Amino acid sequence: MNNLAFFPLSENAIMIDYGEEIRPEINKRIHQLSSAISAKPFPGFIESVPAYTTLTVYYNPLAINSRQPYEQACFYIEKYLPFIQEQSLESRTVHLPVCYDEEFALDLAEVADRNNLSVKEVIKLHTNQEYYVYFIGFAPGFPFLGGLDPSIAAPRRRTPRRKTPAGSVGIAGRQTGVYPLDIPGGWQIIGRTPKRLLNLQNSQPALLQPGDQVRFQAISKQAFLSWEEKSWH
Amino acid sequence: MALRIIEAGLQTSIQDSGRHGFQSSGFSISGVLDSWAAQLANITVNNRPGEAVLEMSYVGPSITFEADMVIALTGADMAAKIDGRPIALGKPIPVTTGETLQLRTARKGLHCYLSVKGGLNVPSFLGSKSASLKDNLGGDFTGRLRVGDSIPIHTPLKSKPFSWQLSPELFAYINKNEKKIRFLQGRQIDWFSQEAISRFTSTPYKSSPQSNRMGYQLQGLPLTTNKSKDLTTEAAAFGTIQVPPDGQPIVLMAESQPTGGYPKIGQIIQDDLPVLSQAAPGQPILFQTASLAEAQRELVRNKHSLTALRLFTEMKWKEF
Repeated sequence: MNNLAFFPLSENAIMIDYGEEIRPEINKRIHQLSSAISAKPFPGFIESVPAYTTLTVYYNPLAINSRQPYEQACFYIEKYLPFIQEQSLESRTVHLPVCYDEEFALDLAEVADRNNLSVKEVIKLHTNQEYYVYFIGFAPGFPFLGGLDPSIAAPRRRTPRRKTPAGSVGIAGRQTGVYPLDIPGGWQIIGRTPKRLLNLQNSQPALLQPGDQVRFQAISKQAFLSWEEKSWH
Repeated sequence: MALRIIEAGLQTSIQDSGRHGFQSSGFSISGVLDSWAAQLANITVNNRPGEAVLEMSYVGPSITFEADMVIALTGADMAAKIDGRPIALGKPIPVTTGETLQLRTARKGLHCYLSVKGGLNVPSFLGSKSASLKDNLGGDFTGRLRVGDSIPIHTPLKSKPFSWQLSPELFAYINKNEKKIRFLQGRQIDWFSQEAISRFTSTPYKSSPQSNRMGYQLQGLPLTTNKSKDLTTEAAAFGTIQVPPDGQPIVLMAESQPTGGYPKIGQIIQDDLPVLSQAAPGQPILFQTASLAEAQRELVRNKHSLTALRLFTEMKWKEF
């Protein structure tokens, strides 16, 4: 905890680096600091952006009453550190139903081939794991999930799709994720969830939050087509 | 009580100072590209800071006024005319129902801003009226404005002509051909060789026609990194200069994704973002280093300039 490195990303952002290791235990500390600041924001605080090994804190230097607003903001942030509890945050597990039918699983056969596995084995390995949401980025509500079994890892597509359908579940390297919107993208698509990851009417529009656990559950095409959205949380 | 889009122009959208507080859910901040010009548009009509304006890029739209109102134009000169009369930048312009504003291709710069006294009466989405063109998200007008769109305004206003206007000097940065852009050292600057850094600060770069609200793709001598490893995805922001493997830098703009995976050679200081945002493809951009202290001093200086201008226009509007 003591060897965090602070860096000015810009006049109004400080990046706090937790080292090179990508591990949930370290990433959780990032979310703990982020929550601690949001719960009791320092003067000038705007928002913070967690990633794998960094937390970036945006602030308004003009709202900080100091000739050295960067140093002052770093000082404010350091003051939160002793109050962050070491025990892990309460984490929520979100279950995502996924239909791995070939109609939706655009690249599943290729992922299986590449790893010398059958399609069934890939599905089994994908649904066996519990995944960890390191952060939300790339697009609204898009979760970066860690914990993919390395035997089903697959590189990004050579040519990204111009439009990946909303709900598509993809693999890129050792990451897995879900496309919340119809957007361009290069991840290998192995299935689709009928669950909405974004609800623009909600004050918190993203279903998944950093630090959540995710489990994928295989469902039939019939179940996918007759899926009815229930309440969220 | 509305603005009616008669011709859409190339890229016209509603923008304000952006959607803050939702980057950790993956939402871009979005908002205006040239915040200096947009703030002057609001100051000219004495709107509150951060009120939504129209951002009109490359080729401007034609707009018919469906109420009497007072408008102002700032930023790039698009040869604006209302029913044939030429319109000055940075001046409150009373218009009457049925008149049509016609804008053409930007002569210098890229983005022109239109403010309406009292503001645009459109709903916010997550605290902002800004459209996000890449995700097609926003209030009622989620993407580019289209022919036939009718944008409600808050308050109609009948007025006599105004005798004052802001100094054209305030828009001089748009007319300069050579753009001097200052940057702070990026977090991965030590991934680049001395040679790459000296190329970056001693030879011109040009914006390419592929540039958009997400990022300006620059062209110039390639910048190569010494490292073969990939960067672990981390935050990136408006003004971040990132370098993908082909060595041609990309400056992330107002619709930057909250996070990015390319090494950062630098971060453009906020004072120079309006200058860069108005740089047309082919115009030479010269990068030079700046310190954080200098960048933050410029922020203070900027705030003082805007405050002084605001006091001036408030006084003028009191006479109104």
